[in-house]
Order: sequence, then C-alpha cells, then structure tokens
Amino acid sequence: MCALAHYLERMGIATVVVALVHEHAEAIANPRTLSVPFELGRPLGVPDNPEFQLGVLRAALALLDRPHGPVLEEFPDRAPEPADYEGWACPIALPRPEAPAGGGHERLVADEVARLRPWWDLARGRRGRTTVGASGYDIEAAARMVCRYADGGEPDDPGPERKLSRSLKLACDDLMAFYTEAATAQPGAAASHELSDWFWGETAAGDALLALRERAAGEEDRGMQLVGNLLVLPRSQAHRAGA
Amino acid sequence: MTRYADMPEGMARHLARLPLPEIEGGAFVPGPPLSERRIAVVSSAGLGRRGDRPFGPGAVDYRVLPSDLDANDIVMSHISVNYDRTGFQQDLNIVYPVERLNEMAARGEIGGVADHHYSFMGASDPASMQPFAEDVAAAMQAEGVDAALLVPV
Repeated sequence: MCALAHYLERMGIATVVVALVHEHAEAIANPRTLSVPFELGRPLGVPDNPEFQLGVLRAALALLDRPHGPVLEEFPDRAPEPADYEGWACPIALPRPEAPAGGGHERLVADEVARLRPWWDLARGRRGRTTVGASGYDIEAAARMVCRYADGGEPDDPGPERKLSRSLKLACDDLMAFYTEAATAQPGAAASHELSDWFWGETAAGDALLALRERAAGEEDRGMQLVGNLLVLPRSQAHRAGA
Repeated sequence: MTRYADMPEGMARHLARLPLPEIEGGAFVPGPPLSERRIAVVSSAGLGRRGDRPFGPGAVDYRVLPSDLDANDIVMSHISVNYDRTGFQQDLNIVYPVERLNEMAARGEIGGVADHHYSFMGASDPASMQPFAEDVAAAMQAEGVDAALLVPV
C-alpha cells in the first residue's frame, strides 16, 4: 500500500495514505500519512457509523493542505464500543455440530445454510448488498464443493480457466461471508473476534473448513498447500488446527 | 490495533518480518486547496466488480471501480484471511469510502470525486506493482484527478 503512494506521487498525483500498521508507515515515510488505531480490515474505524468515518476522512484529507512533507499524523480516537456491551451471541440457534466421523460435512453444512438463509436474506435486504459471490458459485454450490473436498471426495471440476485450489479458496471465503452476514443481520454490534470464534468454534462449516485445510496442506500441489497452510484458517484461530 | 504491541503476537511477528520496499528521493506534489481537489480512492483490499477476475496469489495488477458502481456489485477477493472482513460485510464504506467522499463533495469540503477508483491486492510484492501504479496515475491525470486517497485493509 505504502509503496503505491510513492509511485503515484512520482507520476504527479498527490497522495494521502491511511495506515493501519504504524511501524510500516514510519519505515516507508510516504508524503502524507494518517496512522489510525483500528484493527486490520477496518481502516475507517467503525461500520455503519458515518460520522466517525467522516472524522477519519477529514483528518486524512486535511493533510493534502500541508505545504511540506513527509507528514505522519496519528488519528487520536479509538473505535468506540457500545456503552452497555456485554458480548455477542449468535441470535440464530444452530444445533451444536457433531464431528462427523469419516466425512458427512455436506449434509450438516447444507442444513446450516438452509437455516441461516432467512437471516442472510434479511441482511442483504437491509444493506442492499451482499459480499458473497467472489467465487462465482451460488452458496449451495460453494458449500457442496468445500464439503466434498473436506470429506475426501473429488469436488466438481471448476473448469479449465481456474485451478481447483483457487476455486476452493474462493468458495471458503464465500461460505464465511454468508455465515457472518447472516449472523449480523439483526442489530447489535458483534466484535470481529466473536464472529470468528463463532464460525470456527460453533458451526459445521467451520469444522468443514478445518478438515479442508488439513487435507489441502498434505497435497502435492503447491497451490493446494498454500490454501491449506495459509489461505483458509486465520492465525487467530490456528489453535483449532489438528484439534 | 495499529502498533505491533497492540496486535496478537503472531500477527506482529509476521508484519515485522515483511520486507518493505526501499524508496529513495520521495516526491511531494503540491496542489490546489482541498476544497478544489478531485479525489480518487486507491484501495489495497482486493476489491473488484462482481464477475471480475478474482485476485490470486502474487497478483500485482488492479481492478477499476466506476464511481457509480452499485454497492452490491463490489466483492473482495484478497487472498489473506488475517484481517477482519465482517466490517466490510456490514458496511462497504469501512474500506471503500466513496459514499462518504460524495457527501464531502456535496458539502463543498472537497472539490469532487473521481469517475473511477482502483483496487490492488496488498499482499503482493509492492515493487512489481510499480508499472501498474503508473498506469493508474496516467488514468487519473487523464480525468483531472488532483489527489489519491490510499486505503489499506
């Protein structure tokens, strides 16, 4: 990110960088940088809080009026938490998944997807958008592909234009997005780590992705190894691997 | 979470080991006051139009996002799973604040919003992005953009 600003500036475009990793911003010394104290993935601070986001934007863009650089400023406000926050529990009561012996994720995940769908529909209607779909599959097909591979089978051929490792990775991302969009359909803030703990610790889809990553990590194909070792299970959930 | 000390240890260790590009002789481009500047967003969140080619490991190119693109037509195919996506799932503006920029333009705080914005995928080698960044800069100049707001993920 930071290097891009230098390249653009050299070409005559003034830049201002919002930086999430302060040490990187210090090392790269872009012409104008606002360092923000938010978690990775949330550079504007708080979802569904336009005023807070505007505050961040104004602080960043104001740096364009500085006559000299490099400028590195820190945004002073942390992302606010709700005053009466007591933690989040998924409002949709999914049955606790049983670890399927020797496969069987496909039915369990299909059941979960069916039970989450009314809430996903609600979320999509309220937001006017969904982020599910980067894989190009509908959610049932994405779930089926993930589970068949996780259960030791061979998923449907993704076609000549894409490797199976890429298709599986994108299907995993879509499945996670579907679950967390459904789980956040109802008002009430959920911290990102709570949503992550719920998905990986309390859903059959999380179990399926753990099985998928274990199989992929042991494949000979390097793309599959990459998926298994790095591109499915977040570092924050690494303790679940092999559990 | 902005300094290594505020992050989980594994993440901080990973970020501290990342090789950073060496930049020599950084430029500093002057320009008109903010209230006259036309702004474009450059995201490194691996955003693209629904149906676009997804980003893959090592991708150093970019996707073009027209300013009037419907929010439902923007998806993310960044390869990393080590950052929060649930904020983006709830509100596009958390990583791609074009709606906020339009509000600032309507109030006269900025001069305007570009017709096109751009997204790279930040996990790739920055030095290899240079020719693509130069193409983006040329496109910005062609449509009279005065400044780029770079937003990470």
